[in-house]
Amino acid sequence: MTDKTASTEDMSVYDELPDAPPKKKIKLTWVGKLGVSVVLFWVLMVFIGPYIAPFHEADIIAYDSFMPVWSETEGEGFHLLGTDYIERDILSRVLWGARTTIGISFLATMFAYLVGVTLGIGAAVAGGWVDMIFSRVNDAILSLPSIMLGLLIVVALGTSIPILILTASVIYAASVYRIARALGQDIMVMDFVEAARVRGEGMWYIITREVLPNAIMPLATDFGLRLVFVVLFISSLSFLGLGIQPPMADWGSMVRQNLDGLGYGSYAAVWPALAIASFTISINLIVDDISASEGGTLARKMIS
Amino acid sequence: MSELLEVRGLRIEAPKKDGPAIQIVKGVDFDVKAGEVVALIGESGSGKTTISLGSLAYTKPGLEFSGGSIKLKGDDVLTMEPSEVRNLRGNRVAYLAQSAAATFNPALTINEQVTESAVLHGIMTQDEADARAVELYHALELPDPDRIGFRYPHQVSGGQLQRLMAAMALVGRPDLLVLDEPTTALDVTTQIEVLKAFKKVIREEGSAAIYVTHDLAVVAQVADHIVVLYSGEVQEQGSVDQIINHAKHPYTKRLMAAAHAGPKPGMGDKLTDKHDQDTDNIQVKNMTAGYGEIVDGKPAITVLRDINMSVKNGHVVGVIGESGCGKSTLARVIAGLLPPAQGDIIMDGHTLKGLYKNRSKKDLQKIQFVYQMADTALNPKQLISEIIGRPVEMFQNLSGQKNREKVAEILRLVELPVEFAERYPSELSGGQKQRINLARSLAAMPEIMLCDEVTSALDSIVASNVVKLLKRLRDLTGVSFMFITHDLSTVAAFADEIVVLYAGRIVEQGPVDEVLSPPFHPYTRLLISSVPEMRIGWLEETMKKREMAVGIARGVEITDVGCPFYNRCPIAISGTCERVTAPTYELKPGHFISCHHDAKTILDIERNPQQVLHGFEKAIPDEKIAIIAE
Repeated sequence: MTDKTASTEDMSVYDELPDAPPKKKIKLTWVGKLGVSVVLFWVLMVFIGPYIAPFHEADIIAYDSFMPVWSETEGEGFHLLGTDYIERDILSRVLWGARTTIGISFLATMFAYLVGVTLGIGAAVAGGWVDMIFSRVNDAILSLPSIMLGLLIVVALGTSIPILILTASVIYAASVYRIARALGQDIMVMDFVEAARVRGEGMWYIITREVLPNAIMPLATDFGLRLVFVVLFISSLSFLGLGIQPPMADWGSMVRQNLDGLGYGSYAAVWPALAIASFTISINLIVDDISASEGGTLARKMIS
Repeated sequence: MSELLEVRGLRIEAPKKDGPAIQIVKGVDFDVKAGEVVALIGESGSGKTTISLGSLAYTKPGLEFSGGSIKLKGDDVLTMEPSEVRNLRGNRVAYLAQSAAATFNPALTINEQVTESAVLHGIMTQDEADARAVELYHALELPDPDRIGFRYPHQVSGGQLQRLMAAMALVGRPDLLVLDEPTTALDVTTQIEVLKAFKKVIREEGSAAIYVTHDLAVVAQVADHIVVLYSGEVQEQGSVDQIINHAKHPYTKRLMAAAHAGPKPGMGDKLTDKHDQDTDNIQVKNMTAGYGEIVDGKPAITVLRDINMSVKNGHVVGVIGESGCGKSTLARVIAGLLPPAQGDIIMDGHTLKGLYKNRSKKDLQKIQFVYQMADTALNPKQLISEIIGRPVEMFQNLSGQKNREKVAEILRLVELPVEFAERYPSELSGGQKQRINLARSLAAMPEIMLCDEVTSALDSIVASNVVKLLKRLRDLTGVSFMFITHDLSTVAAFADEIVVLYAGRIVEQGPVDEVLSPPFHPYTRLLISSVPEMRIGWLEETMKKREMAVGIARGVEITDVGCPFYNRCPIAISGTCERVTAPTYELKPGHFISCHHDAKTILDIERNPQQVLHGFEKAIPDEKIAIIAE
């Protein structure tokens, strides 16, 4: 202990530990990459599907309904996936349907997020009676079964695409609100938020700079899942005949309309069903892969 | 003695997909003999925990054994089948984690958890295990040993829980015990109670142990053999006497230098003209505060009572006391995070509003709170340039290029490279994060910084660097500090004045050198003599002192009337101390003490403890011996 100062200065090699390695980027495994490519394919189809489709979605051109895979209509062309119950080309309708189904679901999920996250994080930051009122109203909405509520709104207001988007977004905003509020509350108790409050920061800064950046990853993952639910919701409404109206093609109604074909050995109902499955499962694969690469923390946060 | 554990050429690495694996442990050799305690010491990142976990054939995720052997009684644990490993863990080798609170399940009784592993492994029946547990509770000197097992974890104190964890590990009579920093998170007084129990039980059980810690003074008390590690390599190893008294390796010497020398007067810097100003910066007057609804100026749970203190401009006031004494609450009240129930906080001549929301921007700027854990205090999604730049923007109205220049200036002030502005907190080490944490508060250009245990979570070497930085900041900026800690040595070296808090009341306050020299308040004395000294045999010597035995054996009792220290005080006056609030009197200018004894009596006791203590023997009623959970 006598050479205290000398030894402390000489030993600079033992100074504080080397810098931590830079933060790792999210790396997808082949599963995630598969998901990304399938989703990208469908997103591409949203934009170019109608242009590359051999026929228009409403064209009744074939000789026969429920034509098998790889059949031909003289003078018109091939039906790669066969025809449906009123002699329309399935492939063309699946490609057209991507725009309707994915487009509407995406818009509806966007709106649900806009409303749900704003109110949810807002309630978490504001706390008190604001939080109380928002949350109880939200609980009431959540307690209603989504399909029944959807049917009710659609029956009351009529079936049009804007109404459909509105219905889906109201229903799903409620569950987004729950997640956003829970995430927000977790973050609100962190010391850095308290530090910002004591510094005199306004609510806007706290929401946008302190809370949202920390909630964005789990919310983005949830967005993927929520999109899947909305696709299935719109498809179920269409399946019941209250969603997209004919002759517009959408995957859900295509399944319903062609269901009879199964009895005649036609795959007409299978193709749109596969489209729904491939899109939704791929999104799930991406979500799972991201949360696995984050050590499963996202999944855990989303449950809470 | 035979070799119980033989570690030879142990290598552990973190494999990476691209590029060579990172070597964590680089060929370590050491032995543990039966009945011997081997200490692995080093700072964080030295691989000490990784090596100790290796004896359980376990590595943290992302690491793997890449060479060498660990032989327990001749069996290499690294080549064991999974079924053998299951038998090894908890049966032949038991692990004691740092935090007992995190180890115990709050929903099960203590006994269920202590005996679980032994019964599960089929070593003994539930009845045998229960009997064995009670035997261990006796050995560990736990209060009410026959029934403590039926309590739930929240019904015992932190130190007791730590000892119960030892019982959990020992119940199956393991060959080897691995203790990972078991006392690091504890208060000094609790630490010595736990150390004493551990040492006794290890000796009585004759089991061998690996004791992982960074605290040399603790090691000097419990270890037989010391292995000094740095960066995954053994720097030096030898008997405890060899290392503590005749260290050869420069790294060991450096560790010793950073280790706590006991708190003594005269360790701190003398006040220089630069920061000595005789005006109050902040004054706390007759303040009472607590949590819950305030009715008639009394909160539901009173944490602080009747606090009077002040921080002078440019001074450093150290606030010390055991956990739960209200240190952090005091800082939170001053910062406006918790409005006081009674009393005033006066700054620069005007009374501050209770809650931060009602304070002016100027007031908010003047007082800055520095959090203990940099990990939660810094937003992980903000760049350092925003974390520091935001207060600069808010309080100094600087933006754009000027803001960046200011941020660079502040980074240089806390001795970090300017390039760190473009990093995220997760890209920094613990010590660097703590510097950023300080930098953010500095960026507001405050008059006073309230530092809440800012060095407690850091290694001794990193912590001493942070204290050095704080001293420099004080000299450069003239800012005042309120430095909250349970580490007396740091306070002795850094503070100008000390405030000693006990159960929400100030028991002694004054200039550092006055408080640290006799006469002491009995509680201050207990605190000072509880700090481990780097001397073999210190623990035994200390525990022989009767006043230590009394003070250590009992817990804090929060009382509404009388002196709160009554139940632990060796010189308590029965009939007076527990009924009447102790008077506060001035010993020397600025040095206040709250005690029923006058200065002369206290001094007499200091000089001749045995004789005077004898006279006060009656003052400790036997029914008070039962330990009250914190």
